[in-house]
Amino acid sequence: MPLELCRIDDRLIHGQVVLGWGQQMRLGYIVLVDDEVAESEWERELYRMGVPPEVDVIFETVKGAATRLAEFERDPRPGILLTGDVESMVRLVGMCTALREVNLGGIHHKNGRVQRLRYVFLSPEEERALRALEAQGVAVTARDVPGARPIPLSDVLAGKGE
Amino acid sequence: MNNPPAVRALVAAHGDLAAGLASAVDRITGRGSMLGILTNAGLGADQMEATLRERIEGDGIRAIFTDLPSGSWTMAARRAMRGHEDVVLVTGVNLAALLEFVMRDDLEPAAGARACVDRARAAIGAIGGGPRAA
Repeated sequence: MPLELCRIDDRLIHGQVVLGWGQQMRLGYIVLVDDEVAESEWERELYRMGVPPEVDVIFETVKGAATRLAEFERDPRPGILLTGDVESMVRLVGMCTALREVNLGGIHHKNGRVQRLRYVFLSPEEERALRALEAQGVAVTARDVPGARPIPLSDVLAGKGE
Repeated sequence: MNNPPAVRALVAAHGDLAAGLASAVDRITGRGSMLGILTNAGLGADQMEATLRERIEGDGIRAIFTDLPSGSWTMAARRAMRGHEDVVLVTGVNLAALLEFVMRDDLEPAAGARACVDRARAAIGAIGGGPRAA
């Protein structure tokens, strides 16, 4: 079974992911793609503690995740791949043409970002990067929880999402 | 007129849960102002951690209650607590825990937070519904 969700979420593993998506999907594993977390035992343990024991958490750098993507796709269990920012997801997609869908799950306020949805704030650079992903044939939609309607990137950027 | 009691702990939860819990505590005890309330709405992980760190380091907060053990506030609290061994985090907060906490103002906040965990656990039960499923 392929990865069911490739999500950009600056909170990484949290309630929406573990409970909102995870329980509905009968989640088997999470691939947490973050260069800093992958290098920090303390951070890895922190995120591991937030996940039920039946769900595996795999920590990878962007480069490492790209190398192992085919392996993840062969896993029969439903899985979620997470990055904490647009830049990491864009780099990953650049190395893995197999990733065709990206979910904007939570990108919150920072200096230089403009609010597009209740849970999506984007800088001009991030907007350009997401548009470029779409131009490569990647479907980019915003959706924080499974019960919500997927909002196409064009609507997100046009302020027509909510 | 007495001043309202100072904030002794933070309640950090999803949506409006913290405000609801503090409101209930206030209705029952008149001590809701002992609880500082935080919602995660619109906040990224960095902002949540910064908020808690500021309250720990600036306001001297030593007790934090969060809702989900896997929630973003719990993650943020664990980061903000690094280097502050005297701060206590209680996850899975419920009304019984907070009632016990505000009534135990004879204890320091961190000790009070630890003391209310058993009361919180004991408050959860299932009544009726026929025989328990195997």
